[in-house]
Amino acid sequence: MYGRKVKLRFLFVVIIFLTLVLTVFLVLKSLEENVVYFQSPSEINSSVELNKSKIRVGGMVKKNSISINSNEINFIITDFKNEINVSFTGAVPNLFEEEKGVVAEGFLKDRNVLSATKILAKHDENYMPPEVKAALEDK
Amino acid sequence: MLYSSIGYYALILGLGISLILVYFSIKNFQNSSTLNTKILSFTFLQFFLVVISFACLIISFVLSDFSNETVFNNSHTTKPLFYKIAGTWGNHEGSLLLWLLVLTLFILIFFLKTKNQPLKYKLLTLIFQQIIIIGFFLFLIQTSNPFNFIFPTPEEGMGLNPILQDPALAIHPPILYLGYVGSSIIFSSALAATYLNLVSKVWASHIKKWIIASWVFLTLGILLGSIWAYYELGWGGFWFWDPVENVSLMPWLALTTLLHCIIVLEKKQVLTSWVIILSISTFTLSMCGTFLVRSGILNSVHTFANDPERGLFILVFLFSLIFISLFIFFFFHKSSPNNSNSFFWLSKETSIIINNWFMMYFLSVVLIGTIYPIFLEVLSSQKISVGPPFYHKLIIPFLIPFLMAMAIGPKLKWIKSNIVDKFYLVLFFAISIVLSFLIVKKFSTNLLINTILVSSALYLFFITLRDFFIRKYSNISQNIAHFGFSLLILSILLNNLFSSEIITNLKVGETFTSSKTKIVFKSINQKQEKNYKSIIANFSIENINQKIEDLSPELRIYNQPNIVTSEADIKTTLLSDKFIVINIVQNQDYFNVRYQVKPFMLWIWISVIVISFGGLLSFFKKEHEK
Repeated sequence: MYGRKVKLRFLFVVIIFLTLVLTVFLVLKSLEENVVYFQSPSEINSSVELNKSKIRVGGMVKKNSISINSNEINFIITDFKNEINVSFTGAVPNLFEEEKGVVAEGFLKDRNVLSATKILAKHDENYMPPEVKAALEDK
Repeated sequence: MLYSSIGYYALILGLGISLILVYFSIKNFQNSSTLNTKILSFTFLQFFLVVISFACLIISFVLSDFSNETVFNNSHTTKPLFYKIAGTWGNHEGSLLLWLLVLTLFILIFFLKTKNQPLKYKLLTLIFQQIIIIGFFLFLIQTSNPFNFIFPTPEEGMGLNPILQDPALAIHPPILYLGYVGSSIIFSSALAATYLNLVSKVWASHIKKWIIASWVFLTLGILLGSIWAYYELGWGGFWFWDPVENVSLMPWLALTTLLHCIIVLEKKQVLTSWVIILSISTFTLSMCGTFLVRSGILNSVHTFANDPERGLFILVFLFSLIFISLFIFFFFHKSSPNNSNSFFWLSKETSIIINNWFMMYFLSVVLIGTIYPIFLEVLSSQKISVGPPFYHKLIIPFLIPFLMAMAIGPKLKWIKSNIVDKFYLVLFFAISIVLSFLIVKKFSTNLLINTILVSSALYLFFITLRDFFIRKYSNISQNIAHFGFSLLILSILLNNLFSSEIITNLKVGETFTSSKTKIVFKSINQKQEKNYKSIIANFSIENINQKIEDLSPELRIYNQPNIVTSEADIKTTLLSDKFIVINIVQNQDYFNVRYQVKPFMLWIWISVIVISFGGLLSFFKKEHEK
């Protein structure tokens, strides 16, 4: 017969272990479901299968591509190799400008059209997404 | 020119004094029972030198001395004086100098205020603290010298990023740093106490004050950042699970856990190892925060221009600190032989351990969500981001038992306890459920989970409120802090449930009409200010009960740097905020308009202040008792 204290301690260890397992399981499962992948227009263009879940597309806003009406903003994201059309309903950030870096989050309709739910721009006027920088340097 | 030189040499001298201090402390540590008075003088001198250095930087900013690179990069002659001064710590170099200033200030206060503690402990804490200080001196002088010269001297500076030109953000870094750096004292002192095997009730009640002070500052610092993000970034929210927000939340979670544990240690002499581990992790997480923000690894709005060399330095520094602390922990820590540490299931100890589990769970969720993308990118060069749904899904369900435990836990006694007031506990529970069902029932989606969530928050709210008035449980600061927390969760929940938002694009003179709201874009006018031009848009908004409200959001076009920022117009009332922000899309007539009604926004801020007030009370309560 073990003492009360030993039993308690054993139970304690078991509970901690179970909690750990549960935590890891929950976190991994949730990560799998809620991760948003970042892709460049070129990656989307060359991808075999279209990503059905939410993605982020980063690049530069193409010159003279922004058009706006009362409920939608359309523009083109380019990485200077490939382009993608974005249609967006929602609030745009301050630094959303033509020929500036931008990240659009949303769902792909097809290889060339993204229906965006969120637009992110950096709060630093000199910021450029790293992929775009690399693409620019290649030219 | 002159001030930059003075500032720079003050830094070098300060570093020299660090070395002298370490030398004297070690000597004094080995062979004396009385404090070498030189140590105190040198600590003071070091603080004084850093003050001079910091003052020189401020003066350079005020005088717009563009021969100084930091000033050139972050200031402009047309900037208002207030932001010239605040700009001192609005950049990387200046903010690190501020870190250092607070570090040296805190060790001085520690020395002056710590009485009744063994000399060796004080000296050892000083040595560990000096190791951190030396690290920061080297970091400043090597990779981010705030006093670099530019030749020839430029005519005009680059200006401060306009989104940082804001009163809340001017005081946000200093307050946050007081919290971060306060944790460094806890770190050094925990290591010293472990080394000397002093981790005891006496030590606990001495270090508790530092824990509370850091915790209050950290809480307020996070609050200020959050308020700023709410009205300045125009995202229409107060928390975005942005990595930079997360790195400030992580030390807060660790510190909050520590705050609860230290109470157990103070009373019962148990959980010693756990307290040490928490003390180490709190500071490590604060350092991690600095590393992640400054290295530019994080994909976040806060990462401004950066430099990989800096990141590497902090990383090496961080790992050496972790290594030293783990070494001391494993080789010198002796768990207390005191065997009075058994306690029964239903006791205050158990409830605090439950609190710890939850906090650690929340901490690991935030930690994984923040660093997993970094690891994935390094390992597989896949870029991902982890959004709010991840955190919500993992944290929200666990809030329910957490809130319940928070309501009942403080009522329990040490070692062994019974649940008293069973009648009230059940009664309040029933009331909470009915009330929250009434509140939530309009929303058919997720009715069950929302009802349970709101009722657990309401439950804590009622219980703490009742305890406050009957004063049966004397710990008033705990009571207030828990009450504030229930208010916070309640406001956040109701805010989420009842917020509404309209986003549309309008030209001047146009009207947007929906079933509930009519937004009329009446006119715009322009105004020229000292360092920006502002476009003020006038809206009148008519809601369902025909009340008309005029709101005038603003766009500011800054001259240097040439950046447009949106200034939201917010009408705050006790019950809800009306928030409107506009933006202009390049060369188009349309304005992008975002209008939000956010209930209980004010209460989110108030509740955090209530929480910190609870901490503050406990800080002063101890002072009077002794």
